Amino acid sequence: MSYNGGGVVAMKGKECVAIASDLRFGIQLQTIGLDFDKIFQAGPKLYVGFPGLATDTQTVHQRLKFRTNLYELRENRKVSPKVYASMVGNLLYEHRFGPYFVEPVVAGLDANNQPYICAFDLIGCANAPDDFVVAGTCEEQMYGMCESLWKPDLGPEELFEVISQALVNACDRDAISGWGARVYVIEKDKVTVRNVRTRMD
Amino acid sequence: MECILGIRFNDFILLAADTIDSRSIVVMKHDVDKFFPLSKNLLMAVCGESGDTTQFSEYIAKNVHLYKMKNDYELSPRASANFTRRMLADSLRSRERYNVNLLMAGYDEVEKKAELYYMDYLASMMELPYCAHGYGSYFVLGCLDAYYKPGKLPSGVV
Repeated sequence: MSYNGGGVVAMKGKECVAIASDLRFGIQLQTIGLDFDKIFQAGPKLYVGFPGLATDTQTVHQRLKFRTNLYELRENRKVSPKVYASMVGNLLYEHRFGPYFVEPVVAGLDANNQPYICAFDLIGCANAPDDFVVAGTCEEQMYGMCESLWKPDLGPEELFEVISQALVNACDRDAISGWGARVYVIEKDKVTVRNVRTRMD
Repeated sequence: MECILGIRFNDFILLAADTIDSRSIVVMKHDVDKFFPLSKNLLMAVCGESGDTTQFSEYIAKNVHLYKMKNDYELSPRASANFTRRMLADSLRSRERYNVNLLMAGYDEVEKKAELYYMDYLASMMELPYCAHGYGSYFVLGCLDAYYKPGKLPSGVV
């Protein structure tokens, strides 16, 4: 899990969610790429991040895309956040004794525009709290930052500030996370993606 | 460890590889060709475990060629790179993994741009402006960070 490094955080706000990840792609001590976003879109208002081993980030994303494509074809509707989270957990537990080394984070708005966030461990144990979730090599730093900065019912602009500060400062204290960050703020009528400057080391 | 490196410019990509095959301190061959052309606009440079490199590269090359024969048009560089990644990722969690690191360079005729893909032996893939495998990367990446420009290569610079 610390072979490639990286971190993802998601937070709930008032009728909005935000999810953010760092952009480093590295192999142990060497940084190879600066645009490796670990967050992917799974629906119009649903995003998922896969921090952990980079190859599994890509593989799990592709396998889940396959499953959601089939779901959408059969059910003729877009997958909702709770169902998607359940699919993630299921996929991971299928590989209980040869797991994918990722700890997914799901963030989205459900049909009533209520925020939903969920994090998993590498074998699919779901955790869907009311405040924030963190995952990655800098998760302990992120826990500290989120616990101090997060408040309930933050608006989209404030949520962006809070999640950016939480991610940036946590990554600054982790050697294998950082090198830029990308923040997605998901509201009921739009999704805003912003790049955030971090220490480039 | 063998070094292969690639640099992407606006309309072309430079790929370079050393020509040594060695086991620890013993050099077994001086003139190894580590390049495998996959099609007219697609070239792959491979390094890693000796037998795996040839077997894997030939497998990919033949499959890319098969696609062209079946469908009458070629796989784009992005599609070929993703196909290669899928093959490598599937082998990773199966009987025996292919221990190859590779760089895939291609010019996309439709999008009219050059693409350079870095793939390590665990099948993590990234499209990058410049990249290198092996110990040489420690020396070269710093230089490229400082001096890389995507425009035309200044004359005399290698």
